[in-house]
Amino acid sequence: MIGRRILGGLFLSAILFQIYCDVRAFGASALLGPVELVTATVCIGMFSINRLKGSMLGRSWRRFTNTAMQYVLSLSAILACFVLGALLFYVAAKGIHGLSFHLFTELPRPPGIEGGGMRNAIIGTLLLVLIASIGGIPVGLLAGIYVSCFSKGKLGDAVRFSADVLNGIPSVVIGLFAYAAFVLPFKHFSAWSGGLALSIMMVPTILRTTEEMIKMVPASHLEGALALGARRGYAVRTVVVPAAKNGIVTGVMLAIARVSGETAPLLFTAFGSGQLVLNPSQPVSSLTMQIYQYAISPYDDWVAQAWSGALVLLMMILSLNVAARVLTRRMSPAR
Amino acid sequence: MKPEQAELSSRALVETSVVGSQFVLRSTLRKVVDLAFARTALASGLVVIALILWIGARLFIESGLTRRRYGASLITTSVWDVPHEIYGALPFIFGTVVSSLLALLIAVPLGVGAALFLNETAPKRLAVPLSFVIELLASIPSVIYGLWGFMVLCPFLQSHISPWIASHLGANPLFAGPPVLTNMLAAGSILAIMILPIITTISREVLRNVPAGQREAAMGLGSTKWEMLQHIVLPEARSGITGAVILALGRAIGETMAVVMVIGNTPQISASILQSGYTMPALLANQFNEAYNDELQRSALIEVAFILFLVTLAFNILARVLLRMTARKLSDGSPRNERSTSKVVGVPAT
Repeated sequence: MIGRRILGGLFLSAILFQIYCDVRAFGASALLGPVELVTATVCIGMFSINRLKGSMLGRSWRRFTNTAMQYVLSLSAILACFVLGALLFYVAAKGIHGLSFHLFTELPRPPGIEGGGMRNAIIGTLLLVLIASIGGIPVGLLAGIYVSCFSKGKLGDAVRFSADVLNGIPSVVIGLFAYAAFVLPFKHFSAWSGGLALSIMMVPTILRTTEEMIKMVPASHLEGALALGARRGYAVRTVVVPAAKNGIVTGVMLAIARVSGETAPLLFTAFGSGQLVLNPSQPVSSLTMQIYQYAISPYDDWVAQAWSGALVLLMMILSLNVAARVLTRRMSPAR
Repeated sequence: MKPEQAELSSRALVETSVVGSQFVLRSTLRKVVDLAFARTALASGLVVIALILWIGARLFIESGLTRRRYGASLITTSVWDVPHEIYGALPFIFGTVVSSLLALLIAVPLGVGAALFLNETAPKRLAVPLSFVIELLASIPSVIYGLWGFMVLCPFLQSHISPWIASHLGANPLFAGPPVLTNMLAAGSILAIMILPIITTISREVLRNVPAGQREAAMGLGSTKWEMLQHIVLPEARSGITGAVILALGRAIGETMAVVMVIGNTPQISASILQSGYTMPALLANQFNEAYNDELQRSALIEVAFILFLVTLAFNILARVLLRMTARKLSDGSPRNERSTSKVVGVPAT
């Protein structure tokens, strides 16, 4: 109840402050401003409703609020969908023009020169995600298996908690950490450091989905295997994990989708490059960094390419997400 | 015994022993593999814990230079002048706080409203696709949010929303104009969109845990659905929703790419949300590359990152503890209620 009072007090004082400022600036005529009118209407409304309590009119008022509030609630969900729709629409509408074969096959060119593409960035993203997967998937998977199958105690709880906390650490901080840990000692930017930063971000996602999916496997599977004399490690390896395989794959897909859209941790690790780089100890570009670089540039053709790159990236990530969702839905009836 | 028979049986004996030793070998091998599997799983779990400590320690060590030289003045003074070696991060801290709070102000009512709608009032045919869409919002890369915010949202706000705010509420220093294209309001709005899915998904999880008995009791006493939500469900779920909000706040504080593109990147402390600002992650993203050869600036930036790390760590821990407490309270609540009613009424508990 205290929280509610504090919030109410803050809200009230904000309104009073607004009215005070308006009156100070415009005199008494400010009392007909929008904030003042709305406040007055609400006050009068609340007063009269209090008087109506219990009467016939009060009852229909309750019914009215009920319906009205349900519409308000639905509106907030629909607004969220509207935002997604607007975003997809703009990315598609502005990106579709520049979406050509060149985008995938050519290297960037200076602004003003026709053509040019994002081949280096697309290859770079793939390289970074590959490095991240090599580092992140095994750790995330095994830690998820540990949390769900091997530990029922404090340690498993601590691991789960750390994964949640790790998930909440801003990507830019992880980027700086990777810079301090993997770039500074070797004195140059590299795909390795970018990939490692991304792999750290993959771990919590994979861990939590792996755990969730293993939880969906009936406990009797594990118990049956143990009762037949299997060691725990053997039972988990051959019975539990295969049963949860589809779900675990979706977790990996979600994690890949997440890190392939990351920009901030790459700025000071992978750094970016205009060349096609396949050597992981060299700086590489990524689709996200290229989009950022082009989007804030003052050249129209670069901005148009940024939209096209965004469309490619968005399609990739959304299809990974949708595929993961379909896979999960297919396996959930077996629950 | 004939010689052939003896030979046969001895051969059989040899064969069995070979098979036996193979079996023993294989079973030891398997035992080793199983053990190794369990141990690597344990090790991976420990790696996750170690990562957090490593991140914290590394950032702490690398920021030692400025911590010793500037002490608390790094977070209390407001001039950030690299050539003169003056580092005060207050404008960035201010911008981070304001843009995140603005995001919460927009996203919390919307997010909780959406969660209530999806969980309580929406028909299932609508709830499933809508929640899918909201979860998709969470998967869109922040750089695309930034691009969209910079190219679409900022001009829209500038031409439709900001002038109205400035002319009708502008007497208040919080809304003082004239509005700038890239400003706090745009940053708050884009952050709100980005944290909305977090608030909605976690709030839904919490709402789902509110016992059905309480809802039914409220409805049975004649309350309308909204009154039930307002007086029963929301108060029950409040600490859990608070957890969701804090989690979202942590996300908003650390968000980089979307904010850097729409906030204007002006290190000033202005009360008005229609003016430009700067946030800590934006500072890191913009200045880090030039700091490669400047040890002092690098250290100052890493210290800013360390502050971000500490703040988000604290918020995350707080949020997780709150969420866990709520889940435990709500799951404990219902059986205890059932038992007590059955005792009062005198019906044997089943």
